[in-house]
Amino acid sequence: MTEFTPVASFLGGTMIGLAAVLLMAVHGRIAGMTGILAGLLPPLAADWAWRAAFIAGAIGAPALIVALAGRSAIAFESGVPALWLVVGGLVVGIGVHFASGCTSGHGVCGLARLSPRSMAATVTFMASTAATVFVIRHVLGGL
Amino acid sequence: MARIVLALLAGLVFGAGIAVSGMINPAKVLNFFDLAGSWDPSLAFVMGGALIVTAVGYRFVLRRPRPLLDEAFHLPTARRIDLPLVSGAAVFGIGWGITGFCPGGAVPALGLGQPSALVFVGSMLAGIALARFVRGGLAGRARSRAA
Repeated sequence: MTEFTPVASFLGGTMIGLAAVLLMAVHGRIAGMTGILAGLLPPLAADWAWRAAFIAGAIGAPALIVALAGRSAIAFESGVPALWLVVGGLVVGIGVHFASGCTSGHGVCGLARLSPRSMAATVTFMASTAATVFVIRHVLGGL
Repeated sequence: MARIVLALLAGLVFGAGIAVSGMINPAKVLNFFDLAGSWDPSLAFVMGGALIVTAVGYRFVLRRPRPLLDEAFHLPTARRIDLPLVSGAAVFGIGWGITGFCPGGAVPALGLGQPSALVFVGSMLAGIALARFVRGGLAGRARSRAA
């Protein structure tokens, strides 16, 4: 069980939105994790520096929060076996490459632009994720 | 230099948002999708908050002739809802459902020093590189056939 956190989740969501607006206003870029990361894999994109800075910030923020407020400030729980993390990671990487985006790029930035491609992608991956969770938890009885 | 500092700032706000919202927590993400079990609707509020701010903010920003520190807006040009898009999204969902990690949630989780996030992100980067290699090979073969 995880606690229902509507206020914190909404607040966190607005911060994600704020970051997306900032990156568009200053750099003219979509705040999609897939696209930003892809430019940091070889062959390195010519504009790798802002990408690396964004990633450093994204990793640094939770580290800062934990350093200032303590480990219990951010809930984290993963009971997925390592082998499945590897399988799932590979599958996510292949999927987001062909889909040209993930939850942040399609689900937030793309939907906000009313992009039909992003709408199709978001509906598809939400449905696929829900179906996968259903099969794992209620058909297979867990990993 | 301003470009780097402001990208770092955007990343910090993004990472803090992922942490505060609970998107950083794979168990919470999986519970959002578990409608038939331990359903936690929180992530609908994350999407709602993010979408409201982004939709309104983009409306003002994209009206300008260009971004503050770049020549032009870099917006996606593809328009067609094609097979790679839909099948890629479906495949992504399978991996998200197995692990509870999506790229935007897993990268900030690295900042918590979580080994599971490290294993996931490493595998995900390998997956992206593999897909790129395979696709490059396919495109190369198609080009040589056309030539």
